[in-house]
Amino acid sequence: MNIVAGSLANFQDAFAAALRLDAGSPPPAIAALARQPGFQVYRNTVARSCIDALQANYPTINRLVGDEWMRAAAAVYAGSTLPDRPMLLAYGADFADFLRHFEPAASLPYLPDVARLDRCWTEAHIAATEAGLNHGELGMLSGSRLDRLRLVPHASARWHWSGEQPAYTIWSRNRAAGTETGDIDWHGEGALLTRPQDHVTWRALDFAGCVFLDCCKNSGSVADAAQAALDADVNADLGRMITTLLEAGAFSRIEHYRQS
Amino acid sequence: MTTFLTAGLSLKPQHFDAALECSAAGLWFEVHPENCMVEGGPRLAWLEAVRQRHPLSLHGVALSLAADARPDPAHLLRLSGLVRRLEPALVSEHLSWSSWRGAYHPDLLPFPRTTQALLRIADNISRTQDSLKRRIAIENPAHYLHIEGHEHEETAFLAELVRRTGCGLLLDVNNVHVSARNMGFAAQDYINAFPGDHVMEIHLAGHSQDPNLGEALLIDSHDAPVAPAVWTLYECLIRRIGPRPTLIERDDSLPSFDELMRERRHASTLLGAALAQAA
Repeated sequence: MNIVAGSLANFQDAFAAALRLDAGSPPPAIAALARQPGFQVYRNTVARSCIDALQANYPTINRLVGDEWMRAAAAVYAGSTLPDRPMLLAYGADFADFLRHFEPAASLPYLPDVARLDRCWTEAHIAATEAGLNHGELGMLSGSRLDRLRLVPHASARWHWSGEQPAYTIWSRNRAAGTETGDIDWHGEGALLTRPQDHVTWRALDFAGCVFLDCCKNSGSVADAAQAALDADVNADLGRMITTLLEAGAFSRIEHYRQS
Repeated sequence: MTTFLTAGLSLKPQHFDAALECSAAGLWFEVHPENCMVEGGPRLAWLEAVRQRHPLSLHGVALSLAADARPDPAHLLRLSGLVRRLEPALVSEHLSWSSWRGAYHPDLLPFPRTTQALLRIADNISRTQDSLKRRIAIENPAHYLHIEGHEHEETAFLAELVRRTGCGLLLDVNNVHVSARNMGFAAQDYINAFPGDHVMEIHLAGHSQDPNLGEALLIDSHDAPVAPAVWTLYECLIRRIGPRPTLIERDDSLPSFDELMRERRHASTLLGAALAQAA
């Protein structure tokens, strides 16, 4: 072994490669080092920290599948996806996509959408703190042309439409140790999560509502968003929908719309 | 910051309320800044509330100062933002690496202490101190591997970093005990050789044994009370260098706040004795 003849960078390349290996041969430059019992301490710590973080960041998935399944799935994920930044509370952004293609999860088709909602919770929890709409701004909605106004989603607002799975019902019943039981009506569902103050809150949101918010996020005017919502569901009750969104604190401000 | 720091505690979310209410003299709290690098929300609000009542220490695990690369500018910017916002009494980092080529390895990884590494790390510490506009303390890590090619003893390496950058040091006594047992050197010799004048903070923590190898491989697990041998080393240390801010570091198998406060009181008592001796 002659690591030192190379640079510090060579050492770190070889060490990082050896850390990733669950089986197989480590790079020759580091083979002797990786054979020492102490090397396993580093491997274990890296793996355990990643698995612990995923378990903490996806509590609803953990509750649905149990510790053993969750930690096994997390180990597979962590084996191919190390954190790309040191804030482990944000680790696992694409864990839902991983679950969608994770063969052992094939019999639980709702799992990826439920994971998306756990992720929405995390993003809402750590988002920037912003004030919501004030009364003066709300007044603009009734006194101005809606094609000249834009509703800006609140920094903490996250929404997700699950087309085929009752993901919101499953998620909200399992996110906390609730007592709500009963049959689940098996159809698509959406959800809106917001953090108007310190705590993340959530509610069901229909497809038209999700489309409305998508359009707002993509800088559409209020009129554009309303039209998109009606295109999504011709029977959508726009007045009730906007009231729901406003009550949830889904918007931070109203801007004058400039067509780009 | 003129606050006189005695013994402090790691601050975990489970203990936020107890920490807020506690009014013990000289008490301070330490957090990992990486857990607070968020844009907003309750985590920052909690920390700011604690900061209103107690001094804080930011103890980083991810600047990756020993990587053969400059510190990630985005990470440094987030750290600077926290330092401005929280005005911590202490800021520290480790003599180790963790982020490398865009991947974060959540551990404190070792390296051969070569002169090349010394130059790189000194540059990284200077960049960090310039960016934060303050002195930081560098901590000795726990060791588990016999690495070939060390050109410097760790104590001399740290002394040279101090000389080149003006940084301070964080002496983790439990890491000395663990490393001494794993690597086969005398912990007391290491403590005696440590550049005591530059110690800004001391860490005390518990350790565990490797599940397979037992006593032959100790692990710096922060999941148990401080071991008697570590307390003994600590007493010798502060008799020699005088009292310094001392942290009871606990990350896992978290006991009640009261139990941690009992350990913290023991450290405070020893610090008081060292202060009386120094007077």
